Amino acid sequence: MGQALHHPNIGPYDENLLPLVIESAWYDVGGQNLINGLDLRIESPDITVIMGSNGAGKSILLRLIHGLLELTSGAIKWGGKATDNRLRQQQSLVFQKPVLLRRTASQNLDFVLKLPQNRRLKRGPNSSTSAQLLKMVGLHDKANQPARSLSGGEQQRLALARALATRPKVLLLDEATASLDPASISIIENIVLEQKALGVKVIFVTHDLAQAKRLADEVVFMSRGRVLEHSKATEFFLHPKTEVANAYLSGTLSVEETHQ
Amino acid sequence: MQDILQSLLLAANLVLSGDSDLFEIIGLSLRVSLSAVIYSIFLGLPLGSLIAVGNFRGRQALMIVLNALMGLPPVVVGLVVYLFLSRSGPLGWMELLYTPTAMIIAQVILITPIVAALSQEILSQLFEEYDEQFRSLNVPRWVAVRALLWDARFNLVTVGLAGFGRAVAEVGAVMIVGGNIDHLTRVMTTAIALETSKGNLALALALGLILITISLLVNAGLFLVKTRSQKQKFG
Ligand SMILES: Nc1ncnc2c1ncn2[C@@H]1O[C@H](COP(=O)(O)OP(=O)(O)OP(=O)(O)O)[C@@H](O)[C@H]1O
Ligand SMILES: [Mg+2]
Repeated sequence: MGQALHHPNIGPYDENLLPLVIESAWYDVGGQNLINGLDLRIESPDITVIMGSNGAGKSILLRLIHGLLELTSGAIKWGGKATDNRLRQQQSLVFQKPVLLRRTASQNLDFVLKLPQNRRLKRGPNSSTSAQLLKMVGLHDKANQPARSLSGGEQQRLALARALATRPKVLLLDEATASLDPASISIIENIVLEQKALGVKVIFVTHDLAQAKRLADEVVFMSRGRVLEHSKATEFFLHPKTEVANAYLSGTLSVEETHQ
Repeated sequence: MQDILQSLLLAANLVLSGDSDLFEIIGLSLRVSLSAVIYSIFLGLPLGSLIAVGNFRGRQALMIVLNALMGLPPVVVGLVVYLFLSRSGPLGWMELLYTPTAMIIAQVILITPIVAALSQEILSQLFEEYDEQFRSLNVPRWVAVRALLWDARFNLVTVGLAGFGRAVAEVGAVMIVGGNIDHLTRVMTTAIALETSKGNLALALALGLILITISLLVNAGLFLVKTRSQKQKFG
């Protein structure tokens, strides 16, 4: 387990992708402002952890960043460019609720490996097979099991393996360890750290404080569709600047407060 | 009561003795309806897929029309096909009226909307589930359609079976365009109608039993396919 995936042509600081700049972003659905004039500039190539209460807009922000949703107004730029198909090809998003094909675990990975745009990966010197990917997330003995009959945690691990199959330069993880047992969490965290070491930009949404402390180099704290804080992890956990973040960290932030 | 019992015995005798008239009728029924289903799948499945994943103007309208066509009364379809194929009709020169081909045409018109609408529903549902993940992975449209068709294959088989069930039990349209001609266009349903009115209850009952058996088999097939795919979490 924990076998490294190599990125032959990517340096640790990819000036093509960073900084990620989000400028006065608004996203409305049915008259509701789900993203509320959000500004964010991510320059660090290290791990960015996004935190915030349920409904703060974290999942929506990841979808916007990945180009799956379009802003109502404002702009999101990766290294000066909006997310198009080519840029999206270099990013992988692991959804909060994994969507798996009605096929076996290994067929789910083969589907991605065999996509026309991913064929070049297969021919590469460091290509990974579905078997290797399954092994990496500890699912090698589930290769032939229908993916949708896997347990919740197994499905999440399979979704992560699929995300790595395209060898992305950006990895967007939406509570990817939410239903995992402690052993699986540490497998996933090691994979994430390994990806960071390989120069992959990781943006990780989590509610798990201990995990955030283990992984985060910087923290983005969201509330009601806005960024309230964006700071170095050490700083954020020791001295949160806002009341809301303080309450969130100490577990006293009530749902009513977040939705006022 | 006596009559029914006697007819039943005669019917059983016809089936068990392998009566050649009986089996000719059954054979034609199966041939016509199976051909109709196959053509309907060739027409209806691409149409259903297109509506499911397509993003074009008139998509909604097409869906509404298709759903309306699902409920077409067979006798009306028979009448319209008759008008087209009759000697004075626009396609009269093809001399298809009162042939098995005419019956297949009528059934294709009846079943294609069913195949298209049902497969569209199945594929749309799956597409909605997969869409965001597919966009995230930049899955090309044709690969997406292929994946949908493959992953929905068990459910799509049930569409074919449903179409066949409807075709083989249908009487109004094939009666009008086929004419129930002995040894040529006589199928199970038209024969039942005719033999009953002639008082030949034994043959009618024998055919009725066979028809019910076929319908039972089709439904058993539907059930098996569904439970199998659900058990494997593929459905
Ligand atoms: N299509 C939609 N229509 C209306 N409201 C929506 C829609 N999608 C999301 N929302 C709302 O937007 C808000 C933010 O949703 P989002 O999924 O981004 O929250 P989150 O921060 O990821 O929360 P969680 O921690 O629970 O995952 C929620 O209140 C949600 O109900
Ligand atoms: Mg979320």
